[in-house]
Amino acid sequence: MTRHTFSTRLWHWLNLVCVVVLFMSGLTISNAHRRLYWGDWGFAAEQAWLIVPRFPDWMTIPGYYSLAVARDWHILMAWPFALGLLFMWIAMLANRHFKRDIATSRGEWKPSAVWQDIVQHLKLDFGHEGGKYNFLQKLAYGLVLGVFLPMMIFTGIAISPGMEPTFGWLVELLGGRQSARSLHFIFAFAIAGFFVVHIVLVILAGPIHQIRDMITGGREP
Amino acid sequence: MKRRNFLAAAGAAFVAGCNRIAGTDVGKSLLDAAEGWHKGAHRLLTNREARAPEYPRSAISPYFRGNGSTDPQNGDYPRHAEEGFANWRLEVRGLVDNPLSLNLDNIRRLPQRTQITRHDCVEGWSAIGEWTGPQLSLLLDAAGLREEAKFIVFRCADNLNGQDYYESVDLIDAYHPQTIIAHSLNGEPLPIRNGAPLRMRIERQLGYKHAKYLTAIEAVASLDDIGKGQGGYWEDRAGYQWYAGI
Repeated sequence: MTRHTFSTRLWHWLNLVCVVVLFMSGLTISNAHRRLYWGDWGFAAEQAWLIVPRFPDWMTIPGYYSLAVARDWHILMAWPFALGLLFMWIAMLANRHFKRDIATSRGEWKPSAVWQDIVQHLKLDFGHEGGKYNFLQKLAYGLVLGVFLPMMIFTGIAISPGMEPTFGWLVELLGGRQSARSLHFIFAFAIAGFFVVHIVLVILAGPIHQIRDMITGGREP
Repeated sequence: MKRRNFLAAAGAAFVAGCNRIAGTDVGKSLLDAAEGWHKGAHRLLTNREARAPEYPRSAISPYFRGNGSTDPQNGDYPRHAEEGFANWRLEVRGLVDNPLSLNLDNIRRLPQRTQITRHDCVEGWSAIGEWTGPQLSLLLDAAGLREEAKFIVFRCADNLNGQDYYESVDLIDAYHPQTIIAHSLNGEPLPIRNGAPLRMRIERQLGYKHAKYLTAIEAVASLDDIGKGQGGYWEDRAGYQWYAGI
């Protein structure tokens, strides 16, 4: 029995490439209009709830300002990103990875248990007895797989004018097109935040071992 | 500082890799094909007559932003603006049996459609306005569109950065009930900023498809010989997606 199944490893690396390309091309798209609004419409500073800083070229795809090329990349990588996530969900429900490793039990939500988990993390103590992941890990992976990544797809669909005649209810549910655009941006940065914490924790927990296991599968402890 | 340099270097290397992929034939054709996959998915999921949302009057934006050309100074346009567009003509030509040449009065006397819709710019902003004008399908039917016609090209009076603006759509969007030739915004004649005296409304696509300062509607079999062959001003100039429903 390996620590990570083949489907998890395949999706993990595919998703990494997709998220990085989508995020970096997204920063170029953000540079095209650096204001975010709530509701259906907005075009001027007085309607904005946030003026986004201009992202430097080295952070963006294609590395210089081209909205058209950035959109080409964004539009292309949206496909493996969305289909990959669908695949991961089907795989992780079918092989019970979700139920066994990620779904939390009621006991884990007790404030004392949560607090203990936080203290353990702060002490950089990553040994966890029993299950594969501790509560904070389950919560983080659950949020990313169940909320952050799917919300990128839903808000992305809601911003597409060609999708709106069919998915108008989705746009309305999200509070209008400009709200959907704002949420697209917020969830993108939530994923970026997860990415940073994830990498820091992998480094602290032994990066060679961790990365090797995510490539080869590793051994169940 | 060191860490930042490392990040910048890693970013630059990744971007260079992406750009190299984009430069290969396979990369190029993939990036182009993706646009078609979205169009296919949209067309599969969306009925060809399905409408973009229409809003109540209370949702209208207090001001309607203009982008691209907002005050053309080339050719006859300034003279037409001075005359209040009294001598403006709209031609319907190309692969049609009866080419038409209409003045604004002819256009205002046709059956009209009024719609309060949202305009989404490719840059990201949106504005809501009330547009009035005849449906494009009405003019195409009156002119007798020929069988060979596959695209409708919109010719414009504005010359932006040395090139004449134009746009094009396929027949599905041309015959869509919300595709109108607007002469009014919020009950007033179109302001110059928004395309006076006539502009297209292609409600299921982004703003750059909504050609302003409209002079002619041309039915063609192929877009290859129009402009640089990509189907529109921004498509030719900057590589924007021809299908702008994404």
